[in-house]
Amino acid sequence: MADIKDAIKEKSMVIQKDMLADLFKELGNTKETGKKVVYTFVPGNLTELILSFDMLPVYPEINALQSGMRKKSAEYIREAEKLGFSEDVCTYVKCDIGMMLKGNIGPTGETLPPPDLLLLSYTGCFTFMKWFENLERLYPGVPVAMLHTPYQEDGKITPEQLEYMVKQLKEEVIPKMEQVSGKAFDMDRLSKMMVNSAKAEDLLVKILESAKHKPSPIDAYFAGVYYIGPIFTAFRGTDAAVEYYTELYHEVQERIRLGLGPITPEGEMKEEKFRLVVEGPPNWTNFREFWKIFYDMGAVIVASSYTKVGGVYDLGFRHDPDEPLESLAKYCMGCYTNMNLPQRVNLLADYVKEYKADGFLINSIKSCNSFSAGQLMIMREIEHRSGVPVGFIESDLVDPRYFSYANIKNRLESYFQMLGQRKVILSQEGVEV
Amino acid sequence: MKQLDALLAHCTEQAFDLHFSKARQWKAAEPGRLLLGFLPIYFPREIVHAVNGMGVGIMGVGDRKQIIKGDAYYQSYICHLPRGVIEMALDNSLDDFDGFVFPAICDCVRNLSGMFKLVERGKFQRYFDYPQNFSPSIGGVFFRQELEKVLDDLFQVNGVKLSTEKLNHAIGLYNTNRKLIEHIYQIRQDYPWRLSAVDTYHIIRAGLVMTVEEHNQILEQVVEVISEERGEPLDNIRVVISGSFCEQPPIGLLKSIEMAGCYIVDDDLMLGSRWIQGDVDDKSDDPLGAIVDAYLTKSTFSSAVYDVGNPKGDRLVKLVKERHADGVIFSAASFCDPALLDKPEMQKACDAAGIPQINFQFHENTGQFKVIKEQAGTFSDSIKLWA
Ligand code: SF4
Ligand code: SF4
Repeated sequence: MADIKDAIKEKSMVIQKDMLADLFKELGNTKETGKKVVYTFVPGNLTELILSFDMLPVYPEINALQSGMRKKSAEYIREAEKLGFSEDVCTYVKCDIGMMLKGNIGPTGETLPPPDLLLLSYTGCFTFMKWFENLERLYPGVPVAMLHTPYQEDGKITPEQLEYMVKQLKEEVIPKMEQVSGKAFDMDRLSKMMVNSAKAEDLLVKILESAKHKPSPIDAYFAGVYYIGPIFTAFRGTDAAVEYYTELYHEVQERIRLGLGPITPEGEMKEEKFRLVVEGPPNWTNFREFWKIFYDMGAVIVASSYTKVGGVYDLGFRHDPDEPLESLAKYCMGCYTNMNLPQRVNLLADYVKEYKADGFLINSIKSCNSFSAGQLMIMREIEHRSGVPVGFIESDLVDPRYFSYANIKNRLESYFQMLGQRKVILSQEGVEV
Repeated sequence: MKQLDALLAHCTEQAFDLHFSKARQWKAAEPGRLLLGFLPIYFPREIVHAVNGMGVGIMGVGDRKQIIKGDAYYQSYICHLPRGVIEMALDNSLDDFDGFVFPAICDCVRNLSGMFKLVERGKFQRYFDYPQNFSPSIGGVFFRQELEKVLDDLFQVNGVKLSTEKLNHAIGLYNTNRKLIEHIYQIRQDYPWRLSAVDTYHIIRAGLVMTVEEHNQILEQVVEVISEERGEPLDNIRVVISGSFCEQPPIGLLKSIEMAGCYIVDDDLMLGSRWIQGDVDDKSDDPLGAIVDAYLTKSTFSSAVYDVGNPKGDRLVKLVKERHADGVIFSAASFCDPALLDKPEMQKACDAAGIPQINFQFHENTGQFKVIKEQAGTFSDSIKLWA
């Protein structure tokens, strides 16, 4: 997804680039084709359902991160702040609203069409609701379909929650989609798409779990968001997604066979020195510089929570063709940010263990309460449970004012030094590292 | 007069009793009683009352407690309220509580519920998800199930089953409570000099930490006193405060606004105590259903509630007009996404209706009010000048 100039690319990355270019082209042609456009969020996305109505999804968070990477976000954020948005609030929202005010130019330079439907899948983040309440006023007359996803406050999905979700799908979301698309809901079509979803999900899990190998053939954070994960959201349920993940899976298998490490924008990482689990979103405005600090030090991220905001498939969930609506509901409720704090701690502690990580790092995002509130407690818990050194850095998603390269680099260098010393001590004690 | 002074002194003390002494004494007085702590904004305390419990509001520590441990749990860019609450939990101020409810308002409160689980405070800790779907057969059913979960938690603690009679009785008491609070606001609307906003605040906040029966008595006496003329009218403007529904501004801030020449004729400070507008049916065969119905149809506007179809901005404008207010002060806690993300649209609605506004941000422990006082003073002067 991320367009990193001059980066070294594998075949899967080229396929992905083409798929995304086609999508944006299609979005640019909606006036001619009459295709309807649905704005919605990545966590708890109903991609299959949207596609089953032949509508096109647009993800404002992805637009925002793309704006961050294209160095446009500072301007967009300023624009939103002029409108009265505080410096303190989620910068994705401000970036998106600023982009809209500045003509809604998408990542490929084409103007994005306005929404025909705002699908507020209110999953795992309170701000989503505020975001779309604002968009509803900026796009007057556009219908909003609200899907309220209950939080897994008790660490599980209850039958009552499931029933609440399915009722909302049947009585609120689907009727609005029918009305906007002018098409009747087709359960068979949705169900068939879910066969593809489950196939892609199996492949995605295998790819992400390949990081258990030493050396890891992938970087499950930077590459995870750069080329492994993004296709998932917009294309899940399609043949193209299955083809893409099949190709990627073979590439990763080949890397394992050859004993190769992950691909970075500057080629192959030579030596894997440190294996890390990372919690929190990355910074997008300085994505490449940020990543480079890691690969220059031989640090590979073997598992991350951010790649699970669109679904924690490694815990076993798959879209199920036999119960399409129920599985959409379960999918929404299962996303990482919809898990309670003890679940998040358990998941991360398991990652540290299963992926044999040397350390646990948090990139805390200034403007994201959903992730950040409670992270310091997560850090203590992981340190306590797993015994690995923990690190903590701070940045922002798309506000460049809060990315201090020198500061982050200093902190990371000290952290890697500590990890290095620990490795020496452990190996002197005869512990396998 | 003396009577009111004594009441005010009592409420002022209770409102900021971070040891919750009254509630603890109440619990200790009889076996089988329980305390349920709830965070902002709203929780139907009626159901707790009906099972021999007291719903106690935990509104943060304000500027009354030094935060030591709490800061180690929160980054600087997270609002202040949760760090004070976790501080209280860690220094055992909340030990007598049997359980905690964290009503859905934002991800900070949501994640705080998980922190309480991790540090194992209380016998249960529930994030309480309010439905954002307002159809009785969808959101209504869900809300009822949420209430039943809490009732079940409470049952596990003291074994008291909910009865129709007891719940109807509790509903009646809280109806009275809200009616009396509303009466005070009505009197203040016409005669704001009779009771200051700070005193009003103390009186209502005190109601979160004592029995509703005692609070109703206090409110009745207050209504009685302020129904008579007292104090001197000043040449003040009339304002509505918006955005302070969760983390509470320090008392100094409210005082500064008043001293700068503004009568605060409405606000969302103790919004939870005024959430349901009007009465909940207290004669129903299904009182739990009556609470659900009241939530779906009689809730006030709030950043916690999805508002497409009934925008908050319009409802704020309506409130300003009903209260004959001259302007709005948007006063939100720093880093409070719900309040701050709602602000631009609410400001726009005020602009469209020709309602002047100012805005500032605070922390519950802000100690400097000079700038705010100046800002409010200029606001007041400009309104008077152009009136
Ligand atoms: S607060 Fe965080 S999770 Fe929510 S929209 Fe913003 S960046 Fe995304
Ligand atoms: S002050 Fe705002 S951000 Fe903080 S806990 Fe309350 S609602 Fe959430």
